[in-house]
Amino acid sequence: MDTLELTAEKVEANEKTVVSGSVAVLEAFLAEGANIIFGYPGGAIMPIYDALYDYRDRLHHVLVRHEQGAIHAAQGFARTSGKTGVVFATSGPGATNLVTGLADAMIDSTPLVCITGQVFAHLLGTDAFQETDVINITTPVTKWNYQVTDATEIPSVLAKAFYIAGSGRPGPVLIDITKNAQLQKFDYDGYKRCDHIRSYRPKPIIRKEFVERAAKLINEAQKPFVIFGQGVILGKAEKEFKKFIEKAGIPAAWTILGLSALPTDHPLNMGMLGMHGNYGPNLLTNECDVLIAVGMRFDDRVTGRLDKYAKQAKVIHLDIDPAEIDKNVKTTVPVWGDCKETLPMLTDLLEQKVYPQWLEKFRDCRDQEEETCIDQELHPLTGQITMGEVINTLNELTGGEAVIVTDVGQHQMVACRYARFKESKSNVTSGGLGTMGFALPAAIGAKFGAQHRTVVAVIGDGGFQMTLQELGTIMQSEVNVKIIILNNQFLGMVRQWQELFHERRYSFVDITSPDFVMVAKGYRISGQRVDDRVNLRNALQAMLDHPSAYLLEVMVGKENNVFPMVPQGCSVSEIRLK
Amino acid sequence: MKQEFTITVYTENQIGLLNRIAILFSRRKINIESLNTSPSEVEGIHRFTIVINETEEVVKKLARQIEKQVDVLKAYFNTGEEIVWQELALYKVSTDEIAEKVKVERLLREYGARAVVIRKDYTVFETTGHRQETDRLVEVLEPFGLIEFVRSGRVAIIKASSGFHEKLKEFEQTEPGEELVENEYLDKRDEVFTM
Repeated sequence: MDTLELTAEKVEANEKTVVSGSVAVLEAFLAEGANIIFGYPGGAIMPIYDALYDYRDRLHHVLVRHEQGAIHAAQGFARTSGKTGVVFATSGPGATNLVTGLADAMIDSTPLVCITGQVFAHLLGTDAFQETDVINITTPVTKWNYQVTDATEIPSVLAKAFYIAGSGRPGPVLIDITKNAQLQKFDYDGYKRCDHIRSYRPKPIIRKEFVERAAKLINEAQKPFVIFGQGVILGKAEKEFKKFIEKAGIPAAWTILGLSALPTDHPLNMGMLGMHGNYGPNLLTNECDVLIAVGMRFDDRVTGRLDKYAKQAKVIHLDIDPAEIDKNVKTTVPVWGDCKETLPMLTDLLEQKVYPQWLEKFRDCRDQEEETCIDQELHPLTGQITMGEVINTLNELTGGEAVIVTDVGQHQMVACRYARFKESKSNVTSGGLGTMGFALPAAIGAKFGAQHRTVVAVIGDGGFQMTLQELGTIMQSEVNVKIIILNNQFLGMVRQWQELFHERRYSFVDITSPDFVMVAKGYRISGQRVDDRVNLRNALQAMLDHPSAYLLEVMVGKENNVFPMVPQGCSVSEIRLK
Repeated sequence: MKQEFTITVYTENQIGLLNRIAILFSRRKINIESLNTSPSEVEGIHRFTIVINETEEVVKKLARQIEKQVDVLKAYFNTGEEIVWQELALYKVSTDEIAEKVKVERLLREYGARAVVIRKDYTVFETTGHRQETDRLVEVLEPFGLIEFVRSGRVAIIKASSGFHEKLKEFEQTEPGEELVENEYLDKRDEVFTM
C-alpha cells in the first residue's frame, strides 16, 4: 500500500483507506504493471486525469492527438511488449473514436484495457452532453465490457478486466466509468489480482487422446506441412514451436500475424501464406497429406476458396479458442489448448524425421517465384524504385533486428513478404481488420513496448494521411520512430485490383499528397525524400543513424503490382505469379 | 438442412448480456424465432432459451460463439425430440361472441383453453402447449373476431440433462475437472462428422 501514501486519506479510527474511484483505477494499473498509458483527456474522464497528476512519477501518460491514435499505440505496445496495452478516453466522441482500434484488437487478439469516462450515472439515457451508449456500441468488438457506476466495484472490475484481456485468447476489454464513480470516495481494501472467473475458461482442457491421434497422423505423414499464426507468439511458445518443427522436420509457413515467430532464415521457414504469400506455401497446401495449423484461424485471405482448400489433407488444428475449431476448415484432429503446453506434448510423441524430397518441392517453387517476381522486385536495374528494394535494403542495414510496423495495402504485403526477422514480436501490422492509418500510432506504441529496439514504420501515402496527426505525439513525447513512406501516388492495392479485375477503371484511387517532408518539418521531425535508386541506401542509413524520429519519403513505381496473388474467390492452387 | 433447434444457455445475471448474445445471431443474419430468459435451477444463474431454424453445422458454431462469451457458463443445443417444451398463449375475444355462439365455447374446450379474465366486453383465454396447437386455435378463433393474440417465448427442459448444480461446482473450481469438457459431442465425433 506504499504507493497510496501520496493521495489516500487514511482514516485513523478504523484503519481503513479511503480513496476515490479514480485513484483506485490508477492503483489497479500500478498493480498490473500497466505503467504506460496512451490517452486523451476530456470532460467525463477529468477526475481520473486529476488523480493521474499525482501519479506522474509512476505512470507514464502519452498524450496522443486522436483517440484512435491512442488505441493503435496501445496495440503496438502490446504487440512488441507482450503485455496488456492501456488507454484512457473520454465519453461520447472520445469513446466512439476507439471503435476502430477495438475492432482491430478484437480480430487480431490484442490484449487491451480501455477506460472510458462516462457522464454522471443520473444522466445516463438522458442524451446528456457527450453521452453515448459506449457499452452497446462496443459489445461486438470487445472480449468483455462493463459499465461502472459505483466506485466500490472498481478494484474487482479492473482485476477482471486485466485477467480477461490477457488470458486465453487475448482481446480488448472496455470499462466505462461514470463520472460520479470516478469522484466517489470509498473504503479501499487494496487491489487483488483476478485469476479465476467461474463462467470463463481461458484455457480448454488438453485432451491427451487427441494429442496422441495428432502425433500418429504426423508420424505416418509423407508430406506434412505446418502453418502457423499469432497463437505461437501470444502463447510465448516460439521455442516450443521451433523444437516441434525441427524434430519432425516439417516445413512451415506463416500468416502475417505469425510472422517473426520463427526466424526468417530458419531452414524450415517456407514463407508466407495467403493472397500475396509465397508460391510454394500456397500451392503445396493443396498437395500436403497432413496440414498442421498452429494458433491460426484460417482467415479467408489465407485459405482462398474454402471448398478447394486442402481437401486432400488430414487437418490437425491446435488452438486455444474452441470456437475456432471447425469454424472455417473441418479438422480431422482438434488439439485444444495453449500451444505452449500442447506443442511439447506433441513433440514428445513425434519421430525424428526429414523430408528431403518434400522440401525440394518448396525449393523448386521458391526458385520459380524468385525468377518470376522476387528478383525484379528486390533487384530492379531500371525504372523507378520498387517497394521490395526499399525493404531489402532496410534488411541489410538493420540485419533483421528492427521492429517493422506496417499499415495496410501494397506496402504491407511487400514488407511482410520481404522483411527479415531474427526475433519474435518484431512484426506489427493490422491483419484481420486491415486498418489504414494503423501504422503511425502503432509504431509509437511499439517503440514504448520495445524501447531498446529500432522501430521502423512502413506506410503508404494513403494510410499515412489517415493518422498523420500523430506526428504531434512523436514530437511532444520524443518518440524515436523511423517512418518510411512508400509513395506510389495511388491507393495502390485498390488500384491493383481495379487494374486486374475492373478493366483499369481507376475510380478514385489517384490520391494527392502534401509535401510529407515539409509536414514532418512542421512537427520538428527531420526527413528527406528519395526518388533515385542511387541515393536509397544512404538515405535509409541516414534515417537509421538519426538520433531521433525521422521521416523518409521514397517515391516508388506508380503502377507496380504485388505478386504472387491468389485472386479473390480462387483456390490457393490458382496462385498467379504474374 | 435447416431444422428447428432449441438453444439453452446458462449465464451469469449480467446487464448487457442479452445484447451480447443477441448480436451473435443478428451479425450472422439469423432470425431468433423465440427467446426467453428466466432464472434456472441454480440460484443466481440465468437461463436463456432460444429457438432458431438453422442447419446443425451453423447451430454448432453458434453455440461455441455463445459459450465463448465471458459471462456465459454453458450453451447446449437440441432438436425438438430431445426436449420437453411449452409455450403460453393469450387470446382476447369478445364476450358477446362467446355467449352467442356455442361453437366458440366448444372450440375453447377442445383446445384446453382456460379463461383468465371474464369481463362484460371481453374474455381472455390462455393455452399452453406446442406452437402448432396455439397457432391452430388462432386460426379457428379468427372468424369469430379475435381481438388480441400474444404468445410467449419457448421454455424447454432438456430430457437428458441432470441439471446445472453439479456442473456449476466444476466451474467454480479454479482448475476444471475432467467432467468439464467443452463441447461434449466431441466424444462422439466419428458419429457426428463425416469427412
